[in-house]
Parts: sequence; structure tokens; C-alpha cells
Amino acid sequence: MLLIYCPYCEEERSELEFRHGGDAHIARPTNIADITDEEFEAFFFLRDNPKGLIFERWRHVHGCGRFFNAARDTVSDKFFASYKAGEPKPDLPGISPATEKTVETYEATEGTAK
Amino acid sequence: MAEQALRKAPLGGFHGGSAAAHVTAAGPATRLSLRAGADAVSALSKALGLDLPQKPKTSASANGRHALWLGPDEWLLIDENEADLAALAAKADALHSAVDVSHRNTAVLVAGARAAEAIASASPHDLSPKVFPVGACARTVFGKIEVVIFRTGEQEYRVECWRSFAPYAFALLAEGAEDAGL
Ligand SMILES: [Zn+2]
Repeated sequence: MLLIYCPYCEEERSELEFRHGGDAHIARPTNIADITDEEFEAFFFLRDNPKGLIFERWRHVHGCGRFFNAARDTVSDKFFASYKAGEPKPDLPGISPATEKTVETYEATEGTAK
Repeated sequence: MAEQALRKAPLGGFHGGSAAAHVTAAGPATRLSLRAGADAVSALSKALGLDLPQKPKTSASANGRHALWLGPDEWLLIDENEADLAALAAKADALHSAVDVSHRNTAVLVAGARAAEAIASASPHDLSPKVFPVGACARTVFGKIEVVIFRTGEQEYRVECWRSFAPYAFALLAEGAEDAGL
């Protein structure tokens, strides 16, 4: 069983108590009515889906109920750090950012197939 | 036709467990789901007659009334003497949210030398004394449901669950208690 550190409960708890909440640190437009459809698409739908380090929102839904952020490796599932919502991305010495983008999108793999 | 609807205890008539872990239905109690910011804690503590705990997984108890830390701004209040907790909280002149959940929840008491094992049969929560001493409490999962586990004594636990899940919680605890007694 995967153990996830909750920065509010200040301890590791079972993955069964948590729910994944998608990418973290996505800045919401200050005025959503001002942006173009393309900008809205990028903000609302498009995600990097990196292979390796990712910063994500998690919710301790069956524990303290809080949302927090965590840095995780999408390949090994290892959690590098958890930190409270609103805090900046932590320094992770020795852990390189994901460079290799996955290409598992329809356009990339099937786009030319007819 | 009956003149008045009768309230039935959700676990009336349930019995189970083993010599190693007794499983019984808790008596009636009033309960409050309390949400408040840090600036309201002292006023609410005064109104409720308990210091609302501010450290994760801790509780405060006095005269059958308990305040359980559930989150940074959330507590579960339980009064075994059925005091009107919402009315008490309303006396605090501080912004807060207090919802009476007396009949949303019910509780199962698990007691005995193997009580922790009976609960651990269906819960991933670490109940070892080092991280879950007497007075510790936590919202967690038990089988397929959400519960609040409250350690009331060295070998005594109170498992709070939602009323409609009570037969499930009771049956699973009773089975865990039987297995723990083997
Ligand atoms: Zn938590």
C-alpha cells in the first residue's frame, strides 16, 4: 500500500484516504471573459502529462479533508515531497525535472493513421 | 395508527465480538460538526467548556463531552450526556459553522485486549500506541466506509460512523473481533 504524507495531519497515511486532484500550480486567468477560446482550452484542458517529476494536487478526503500539493514521479509512483496548498514548489535537490514528454496523445500516435 | 413516530436506535439489538474484543453499540449522544478559523477557537472553547484541540489527531475530554480534531479547522464534538451542543456553540461571539449531526452518526464501542486488531482487520490506520495513544482520534476508512476512530482507553476504542452504515460497521467489527480472538 502506498503511503502519502499529509502536511496537515503531519504523518504518512494510507493511499485509501486520498483522492488525486490533477495538476497543481495552474494559474487561473484573472478575467476569464477576456481570454480567447484557444487560451481557455490551454488553461482548462491541456496538461503536460510528463514522464517523471510532476506537481499535483491531492485531497486527504477521508482524513483531514484538506487539499495539498505533492511532487511525485509518474513512473515509479514515488512521492518526493508534500506541502500545504498555497506554498511554492519545493526545492528537490538531486531530482531532475521531467524532460521527456510522453507522446501518448491521439494526435501524436494516431494522427496520421487513416 | 400511531400518534407519534418512534425513534429507533440504529444498532438496537446488535451484539457480537469475542472474549478478546467486545463489540457493543454506544449509547445515545449529541454530536456537532464544528468548523471555525483559528481566531474563533478561544471563544468556542469557552462556550463549549473544552479546549478545542489544535494538534493533529488529538482530543479534549471532560465530563462525557469530547472534542475531536478532524482537520485544521474542523472538530467533531460528542456529548454522552446529550447536552445541546449547537446551543452552547451559539453562545460564542465568533464566526463559526455548527451543524447538529447527533442522528447522522452512531458509534460502535470496541474494547478488550485485541480491540485494536479487530479494528485493524478492515482499516489501514496505524493504531500502535506510539502514534495512536489514549486520546488520539482520526477520520479514516474502515472497509468501504468512512469512520472516526477515537481511542478512549488503553484497550478501548469508539468507532463513529454514519447511521446508515452502522450495520455494516458493526458486522465487520464483530467479524474482526472474532478473528482477533482465534
Ligand atoms: Zn490530512
